[in-house]
Amino acid sequence: MAVAGTSGTGTRSTGSMVAAASTNNVTSFQRRGPRASGADSGCSRLVSIAGTRRSVRNGQLLVSTGLPALDQFLGGGLAVGTVLLIEEDKYNIYSPLLFNYFLAEGIVSGHALLVASAKEDPADILQKLPAPLIDHSYKKECDEDICGHKMESDIKMKIAWRYQLFPKMEGRPVLSSGFGHDYDISKRIPQELIETSKWHGFFLPEKISSTFNVESCSLTSGYMKLLQFIQNIIYEEGFDGSNPQKKQKNILRIGIQNLGSPLWGDDICCAENCDASHSLTKFLYILRALLRTSLSACIITVPTHLIQNKAVIARVTNLSDTVVGLESFIGSEKETNPLYKDYHGLIHIRQIPRLNNLIYDISDVKDLAFKLKKKLFTIERLHLPPDLSDTVSRSSKQDLAESAKLLGPGCGMTAGGKKHLDF
Amino acid sequence: MSVQGKLTLLCDAKTDGSFLVHHFLSFYLKANCKVCLVALIQSFSHYNIVGQKLGVSLTAARERGQLVVLEGLKSGVDVFFRPREEPHPLQFLREANAGDLQPLYAFVRDALQPVDSGEAAWRCPVLLVDDLSVLLSLGVGPVAVLDFVHYCRATVCQEWKGNVVCLVHDSGDTEDEESDVLLNGLSHQSHLILRAEGLATGFCKDVHGQLRILWRRPLQPTTHRDRSLTYQYKIQDKSVSFFAKGMSPAVL
Repeated sequence: MAVAGTSGTGTRSTGSMVAAASTNNVTSFQRRGPRASGADSGCSRLVSIAGTRRSVRNGQLLVSTGLPALDQFLGGGLAVGTVLLIEEDKYNIYSPLLFNYFLAEGIVSGHALLVASAKEDPADILQKLPAPLIDHSYKKECDEDICGHKMESDIKMKIAWRYQLFPKMEGRPVLSSGFGHDYDISKRIPQELIETSKWHGFFLPEKISSTFNVESCSLTSGYMKLLQFIQNIIYEEGFDGSNPQKKQKNILRIGIQNLGSPLWGDDICCAENCDASHSLTKFLYILRALLRTSLSACIITVPTHLIQNKAVIARVTNLSDTVVGLESFIGSEKETNPLYKDYHGLIHIRQIPRLNNLIYDISDVKDLAFKLKKKLFTIERLHLPPDLSDTVSRSSKQDLAESAKLLGPGCGMTAGGKKHLDF
Repeated sequence: MSVQGKLTLLCDAKTDGSFLVHHFLSFYLKANCKVCLVALIQSFSHYNIVGQKLGVSLTAARERGQLVVLEGLKSGVDVFFRPREEPHPLQFLREANAGDLQPLYAFVRDALQPVDSGEAAWRCPVLLVDDLSVLLSLGVGPVAVLDFVHYCRATVCQEWKGNVVCLVHDSGDTEDEESDVLLNGLSHQSHLILRAEGLATGFCKDVHGQLRILWRRPLQPTTHRDRSLTYQYKIQDKSVSFFAKGMSPAVL
């Protein structure tokens, strides 16, 4: 969609969301609607960018994290201009999946990508992204899994008829107008999708080999170079509104892997009283500053379980907007706990930002667990209906756990015709 | 205004106390005071949009000179990537060692300087800082931050009879020594402490937290020392409702 260009630095923009950088605000936090008097968003018609949508609560521009289930718990999606911090699980098995989903969603939505890693070449990371699913093949798989339970839930409920009135919360994601797609992690993303996408890679071993001539500013050189790289891309590609002639606004998705690990030159994970203790926090502050003044969203994974200084973890959390922690059951005593036996780990939504608002959408659900199926990474409510009789058999617990998770959060009670509804 | 020359400390522990900052900002703007907002962690439009919900227009206040804002994030990018010779309030971002906040103090002083003009002057100057704990994350030592607050108090509170309000995060049990030093130092200097805490029993949908109000240094020396009150609160879209402990409408 063509954007009405801004005519100068002093005038207000009328059709575009992002005004010229010098005098006006260049953020994505523009309230929709003309009633914002005196604010910079004096426009009544806002540009819509592919792969984004407005939050229901306050008109905030959101992008999908790639996992519609996670979007739901984050209040609809990730706000543009914010940082999503993923606290890595212990063996770093599941956090790369979330990272890949985020990038894959960017490619499918046509966003620009910036992938930074100290461990793996960004080109290789992109090769391993999951393939997007076309609707009918996913539905077929859903039917196989559910085995007709989906049909049953449409039948009028006789006993638990109150639940019929509740809105059905869909565990299954909805493919609508390009926000949030389904992916098949057993397949790789088609090569042509990568080739048509616009991506920038930052691979630390390549960049660090050049002569070190930047002043440190108490940041490790790796972070310093990464910040300059990001700032360069944002400025040159016009994500901060500095290039008003560009006809199509787009979002820049930034992904930084294993931030804080020793591979970035940071010793925050090695020692309790480290030398560069402010390096990571300063980096996060400047990153936040860059994001707030541009149309971009960032995902970073940090091995917080390795950081020994608890104060640093608290500071890192405070400097990020959305924080999601992954806790996998591998190697812990929870692996053998029957309560968790259908899941691979827990997801903790530790922090959700309050943007342009006094409050945020707090989800009621605090116990979330994830499971890695062959083709899908699912997030479900950890939910066990109460034991009502002394003689409930162990096998029935398995049945109800299975039916509970198949219908997604909120619908655990309405699996029709199962034993656990016999009170 | 009866309360002048005071330092109010806003503190949050395990919850987000930024609603207090928005409240004080709109309160002082409505009271016709000249306000300097040092906004280090959120963009100006965030405060603007919340301010509109609370009934003040920050852009209008800025245009008529009532409000001066230092946008930490926006100017931080400027000073970090495009450094210039003259000192910048956020100079410490470029310094390798623990910087000092002298340029920041100079900015505040210039912003709140009472101007002898023929027009109706604003009422007392107010400095609002959101928040001080982020300065620790940026490499500034707690003593330097305490020095900065001391300088601001000396100028804004003593000299100009204005108020200073700052937000600090209580790090709780994370053993953050710098944060503890800062919080303790400020608690001793402040006249009013508003502490937002999460509930001891955990997350609750209807009661978002608890607010402890502590008056220190009462005005008359004859009144007994420090008075404190506790309320519980629930934050809504355009306001915050307070109620006594256990009296949440959800419970009654």
